[in-house]
Amino acid sequence: MLELSILLPAILNGLTTGAIYALIALGLTLIYGVLHIINFAHGSLLMLALYGVFFLHNLFGIDPYLALPVAAIALFGIGYGLQRFVIGHASHGKDENILLVTLGLSVVIENLALYLWRSDTRTIETPYSFEVLDFGVAFIPVPKVVAFVGALLVAGLLWLLMTRTDLGRAIRALARERQGAKLVGINVEHIFAMSFGIGCACLGIAACLLLPSFYVSPQVGHAFVLVAFTVVVLGGMGSFVGALLGGLIIGVTESLGGLFLGESLGQLGIFLIFIIVLLFRPTGLLGQRT
Amino acid sequence: MRILIAILVFFLALLPLPLLIHSDFWITWLTLALFYAYLGQAWNLLGGYGGQFSFGHALFFGTGAYCTAVLQIQFGVNAWGGFVLAAVAAGIVGAGTGWLVFRYGLRGSYFALVTLAFAEVFRILANTFSFTGAGVGLLVPLQPGIAQMQFETKAGFFWLLLLLVVGCLLFTWWMQNARFGARLMAVRENEDAARALGVDPFSTKLLAITASGAIAGSAGAVYVQLFLYIDPNIAYGPAMSVEALLVPIIGGLGTIFGPVLGAFALHAIAEIGQLVFGEAPGLNLVLYGLLLVVMVLFLPNGLFGLGRVGFGSGALRRLFKRSAHA
Amino acid sequence: MLEIVQLSKRFGGLVVTNDVSFTVQSGSISALIGPNGAGKTTIFAQISGFHQPDGGDIRFEGQSIIGLTPERICLRGIARTFQIVQPFAGLNVRENIAVGAHLHRAGRRAALEHAESIAHRVGLGAQLDKPAAALTVAGRKRLELAKALSTDPKLLLLDEVMAGLNPAEIDEIIPIIRGIRQSGVTILLIEHVMRAVMNLSDHTWVLNNGRLIASGTPAQIATDPQVIEAYLGHGAAARMQAQRTGVHHA
Repeated sequence: MLELSILLPAILNGLTTGAIYALIALGLTLIYGVLHIINFAHGSLLMLALYGVFFLHNLFGIDPYLALPVAAIALFGIGYGLQRFVIGHASHGKDENILLVTLGLSVVIENLALYLWRSDTRTIETPYSFEVLDFGVAFIPVPKVVAFVGALLVAGLLWLLMTRTDLGRAIRALARERQGAKLVGINVEHIFAMSFGIGCACLGIAACLLLPSFYVSPQVGHAFVLVAFTVVVLGGMGSFVGALLGGLIIGVTESLGGLFLGESLGQLGIFLIFIIVLLFRPTGLLGQRT
Repeated sequence: MRILIAILVFFLALLPLPLLIHSDFWITWLTLALFYAYLGQAWNLLGGYGGQFSFGHALFFGTGAYCTAVLQIQFGVNAWGGFVLAAVAAGIVGAGTGWLVFRYGLRGSYFALVTLAFAEVFRILANTFSFTGAGVGLLVPLQPGIAQMQFETKAGFFWLLLLLVVGCLLFTWWMQNARFGARLMAVRENEDAARALGVDPFSTKLLAITASGAIAGSAGAVYVQLFLYIDPNIAYGPAMSVEALLVPIIGGLGTIFGPVLGAFALHAIAEIGQLVFGEAPGLNLVLYGLLLVVMVLFLPNGLFGLGRVGFGSGALRRLFKRSAHA
Repeated sequence: MLEIVQLSKRFGGLVVTNDVSFTVQSGSISALIGPNGAGKTTIFAQISGFHQPDGGDIRFEGQSIIGLTPERICLRGIARTFQIVQPFAGLNVRENIAVGAHLHRAGRRAALEHAESIAHRVGLGAQLDKPAAALTVAGRKRLELAKALSTDPKLLLLDEVMAGLNPAEIDEIIPIIRGIRQSGVTILLIEHVMRAVMNLSDHTWVLNNGRLIASGTPAQIATDPQVIEAYLGHGAAARMQAQRTGVHHA
């Protein structure tokens, strides 16, 4: 039998990773919920953000946590621009076309990174990189604790933004009733781009929270993109609470899968969950049937 | 009839090339273009004619590649036998995934993502088991000779792939003029309307993904003999999936010659890119990605859509109409 | 030929088909009319297998067709058109019709020939090579009719094939439908264009709020007070009666 002393740390570790997954998935689910498009470039944009944070640290000595506002704003800008000028014009009436364009974007971003920065895996060293906190049952690295708390905080802020501000109301109106929102004078293209931008800003923040305990390489986005899709699908496309819950579940699944089956087979669990949820419960745990 | 003549012209024009061109570089280039045309033809069957955009055709390609490599290395099966069995195995994988995915009604973007996930699952599995050589991959022994599907000269592979591509052109032509093709295209355009006319979308799509998978699997078998090596990332990684869909999208979805045109255009562009920017990892894929974005944005009907302008229909006619009204 | 027995269907709490029974006679043209939202299209969807009823039975040529998929039902000999036309936009008119023609014809040539003859029958003969997406509203309605007809149906369900047409176009399509009946096809139609219903149908049922409220010849229906109330609201029957005694229209 496995002892709790092995199981509990694995679960705690899984939860910290899961919070980051949740944050990344929140961005994805926001974009899906409002625009009804699947952003395949989500993972490569995260990779781009990670490189941004990495260079801010290595070239200018800016701490990742201090870089947070910069990264968030930069990613927001990139997202806004992409939606407004590229993705927004791609559909020609078919969802698949948007998926193709975002796939194309991800291929471009990933391979440009490969060309510019080679395939080396890079990490940063901060004063707190190796600090740990004692939770009684387990020692958890400080950056992971910060990431967990930070991800939940951002999720809360995002919720406030969506429920308490005019922008949030406009976004929700658009998500629910596209024609009606147009009729009451909401600038659809602008709000679409804003939603896409906010979804990407989540990636900027996730990058800042992730880098102190993680690494960056051109392929890193690929690892995240299917995980993020799994989280979103599991939680229910477009559902906020679902993304949070899904993120934590997937984080723990991955961590336990790795414990029982080894690093590479552990990932298998994620993809199997993805396939099974899509086949048997495409609305996810908390999604609504459309 | 015109199309049959076009296929014949294509075949006769390419057939003597290895005798005329003595540069190994160009023969290899043509061989690779034909290889990707073949893979793209497989994707086009399901994606172009059936409207089911797979993001994971590496699933079938890789299964075919591993099937032939494992059979050859572990069981000493002849490469030609391996080629046939690779097609069968990939066809079975196609039927299996298709049965699951279409039974539960996954369409559009969801279909794309699930095929990708299936390819990832197979990649992880291939990375784990020892009979697939795990992460190290499999080296297929060099046994030159037509009996082993390996050729003394570069020209051999060129002719083999030319035959396969022409075979696929003929198959696509037949399909376009058969009941199956009519039903497949009807399902692509409007599933409910097709059902109302007595078309069973499930079995139609299942047949398409099985055939598409089998062809992609046979492409994997050829790949193994051509490069004598396979590993999980080549077999099941996203690069092959992207290439498989890029080729017909660039050439023209759901057209007979689209994948051939797309493969030659794509590799010409990649070649020019390499001349301009020098050899660097990732750069040709940057070009591919840009091309995909540009094509979907501006030429959703592929190069063939552009070609139709010349015949006075489609885009140009619409342009004239608009200016006439103005 | 077609027996609807106590058919019921609910969407959530809303009863859209409420204990509906009627029988369509072989060789007839029958009409199902009623105000918008009465549940006519839902009944078509249940007959053609796109929706499963919650209760009751649908019998075609004596056999229940409940639970069969739309494609099986089409194979049995029931073809439908869609109220919102559903052309195969990327195919031309000939190819559109050929999809249905393939149901009983494996060969391409036979299917295309059949498609052409159907196209001529519904007046699309001149537009065979046109992309379906380029057709006018009237053209699309005809294509919808042609597609259904191409499956060699015994029973044809026509869902508002005249909606959106101008009077001249309606005058053109009425003889086409009559011709289809003469060729031996039984027809059940949903229609709002009363002139067409009067002109074509042997028998008419009126549906309101998911329930049959009247049945008879078109002439009987037109004077039925319950029907008039359903269409025009309370007291309308009395007002019309008063009007009719005053002015008579042709």
